[in-house]
Amino acid sequence: MTPLELAVLVLAVGGVFFAVVAAVGLVRLPDIYTRTHAASKSETLGTVLALAAVTLVFDSWLTTVKAALLVAFMFLTNPTAAHAIARAADDQGIRPWTKEGDE
Amino acid sequence: MTQVLLGAAAAFVAVSLVALYRAVRGPTMPDRVVAVNVVGSNTVVVIALLAAALGEAVALDIALVYALLNFLLSVAISKFTVERGGVL
Repeated sequence: MTPLELAVLVLAVGGVFFAVVAAVGLVRLPDIYTRTHAASKSETLGTVLALAAVTLVFDSWLTTVKAALLVAFMFLTNPTAAHAIARAADDQGIRPWTKEGDE
Repeated sequence: MTQVLLGAAAAFVAVSLVALYRAVRGPTMPDRVVAVNVVGSNTVVVIALLAAALGEAVALDIALVYALLNFLLSVAISKFTVERGGVL
């Protein structure tokens, strides 16, 4: 196994791991604010790791730049979108989740 | 290397199905938007991984456009469902 293949394998497995963490958080966490937390942070890291694996595979100069551009876009847009959704949820009057009798 | 990329793409599709549960279940509208956003990000990754596995460099352009449309969807829904006296 060459060093390039090993790097692609490690990055792809890491990306899948963080995507699974994001999906578990999305299903198990109690309210919209905690779910945006899982969806923005773990999902962004998983996406960026998997796209970094794609960046390493291509040997053409132009396609590597395109894949790197994709990484940069995901890094910028994913947390911005999650923040916009959380702000819209707050404006709609959705209250954060608390334990019973804790308010 | 092709097997690794195809396997990662299959895993991302499975994760998207889990996120789809939240999009169907709700309970509020922002929950569904977050879930659809996660499914869209995973779709971008699946397109890019398939482009790498099959050697189709053209598909990266599709992934790029899909990423920007996905961002536009989330921002547009979160801006236009709330009345804030203007577009932003």
